[in-house]
Amino acid sequence: MRTKDFKRVYVWELPVRIFHWVNVMCIVVLGATGFMIADPPPIMSAAEASESFWFGTIRAIHFGTAYIFFFNMLMRIYWSFVGNRFASWKQFLPFTKKAWHNFIHVVKIDVLLQNEKKFDLTNISVGHNSVAAFSYLVLFFLALIQVFTGFGLYADNSGWWLPKLFAWVPDFLGGDFITRTIHHVTTWLFILFTLVHVYLVFYHDWLEGRGEVSSMFGGYKFVRDERVKEKVEQTQPEEESTIEQC
Amino acid sequence: MATRKEGRETYYESIIKQGYSRRDFMKFATYIAAYMGVETSMIGQVVNSLETTYRVPVIWEHFQECTCCSESFIRSDHPIVSDIILNKISLDYTLTLMAASGHQAEKAKHDTMEKYKGEYILCVEGSVPMGADGNYCCIAGRSAKDILLEAAEGAKAIIAWGSCASNGCVQAAYPNPTDATPIHKIIKNKPIIRVPGCPPIGEVMAGIIVHMVTFGRLPELDQMGRPKAFYAKRVHDSCYRRPYYDAGLFAESFDDENAKKGYCLYKVGCRGPMTYNSCGTIRWNNGVSFPIQSGHGCIGCSEDDFWDNGPFYERLTGLDRFGIESSADQIGKVAAGVVAGGIAAHAIAVNISKRKELRTRTRGGRENEQNLDL
Repeated sequence: MRTKDFKRVYVWELPVRIFHWVNVMCIVVLGATGFMIADPPPIMSAAEASESFWFGTIRAIHFGTAYIFFFNMLMRIYWSFVGNRFASWKQFLPFTKKAWHNFIHVVKIDVLLQNEKKFDLTNISVGHNSVAAFSYLVLFFLALIQVFTGFGLYADNSGWWLPKLFAWVPDFLGGDFITRTIHHVTTWLFILFTLVHVYLVFYHDWLEGRGEVSSMFGGYKFVRDERVKEKVEQTQPEEESTIEQC
Repeated sequence: MATRKEGRETYYESIIKQGYSRRDFMKFATYIAAYMGVETSMIGQVVNSLETTYRVPVIWEHFQECTCCSESFIRSDHPIVSDIILNKISLDYTLTLMAASGHQAEKAKHDTMEKYKGEYILCVEGSVPMGADGNYCCIAGRSAKDILLEAAEGAKAIIAWGSCASNGCVQAAYPNPTDATPIHKIIKNKPIIRVPGCPPIGEVMAGIIVHMVTFGRLPELDQMGRPKAFYAKRVHDSCYRRPYYDAGLFAESFDDENAKKGYCLYKVGCRGPMTYNSCGTIRWNNGVSFPIQSGHGCIGCSEDDFWDNGPFYERLTGLDRFGIESSADQIGKVAAGVVAGGIAAHAIAVNISKRKELRTRTRGGRENEQNLDL
């Protein structure tokens, strides 16, 4: 039995990978410190306040990380205009006919676990599949909710104009109570997203074996040979190199 | 006594007439300037204004309320505030404090409304029921809605005293049977100052009135229409227990050792971190204390819908629509459990449903491994 030939394709560019892992770090730190701020762990001690500032530190970490999260997001938005086709903003909208077709395919095959009657190579997504891409669009909106509510709550603590830009948010929503509740509930949506996201990455790697998991480290995925157009004849001899292109 | 003859009196004249000395007057001007948050150099302007401005007539309407705002006001700690500025000089109509009653009182109000059209300040205490044609609250045979619209017509500005007039307070809490409505949702064409709190602090109320008298315009308001001088900061930001919060030292219950030590009440439901008011700086009852100082968390009485924002003694904000007293965290944990369960089921199902595909791939991979040329 012969296995298929695969070519290595550079899918996730470095800024995309940096964004991904910085984002992961931010979500973990923001989630952990956020839950601590919502419900501080009981430390029963006879200490005086002058001896300690740990809760203030937790909050400082939360706020600092929020800035990183925000600027990281801005960087990714910028990259969606200048990056390669897999980083493009167009990837995230399932409104073309092709994307919609792929959306239905993924729901049938990967969510409802039907088996394909006839294998069609073009159904296999090289970058995001349409469902995944759409879920990242949803995540982006969740992130916006967190940015608006978070900076809205933070605005009064700050003298800088950037968080002050969001000062209207609690007023608009009807006070800090509801703003905080939305901020807190959305955190849970991030957790639910993470569970599903991580599982599906493992699922694709396990089922298809095309480097789904490692792609977010090295940037490469493996694509069937016949999908890569061969260049017509190499006129120039390849440059002398000790590094083998493989 | 202050009478309304042909000429109107200035505030200063009235104060002197009441038997206060100039020294008392100067002390009052200094004191109120401090509360208003103006610079020391502005005291002269406050004095000058009170000496030269004619009294601004005030009509004070009471609708769906408990009169705690009036009670708070007359307890503000300088006698001139309650005695002079309002009771005896300016307050042309207020059900609770005026001597006249019945038709006499109504006449006094109408006289003021005609004589000082476009000049008087309308103070409203209480929300207005809009349900059942406004019949849930009637005074002298007329509905609150009617009375409000009539009085607002000729008002220069409206002050919505307290949470009832600003937010609806308890009578507007779910399910709001009378459709109690705050003033700013009824009157749209007049400047409205919202002074939330149940009640607002007396000095805050006096400060706002004096500001309007002194400078002839509204104090600076935030986006929600609250005076910035008093509602710009959270109670939390001026709380004397704040160091305990930053140090992570919390009372776990009201009767534990930490509560006794005066640790932060954050975990027993204090809403200081979400509530905008001056309780931490001005305090209550002549600056004696405020709830947190007395060992009880802030209940957020100056915030929108504070009755509906979950129980007062829990840190987490409830999501009532998902069940009685369920918190976001409980729902989140259940949802995470369901998702995790779904993932596990999916993971098992995929290995059953796609077993052929998997077997083929595994076999191919194994064969390649056997044929490796190392």
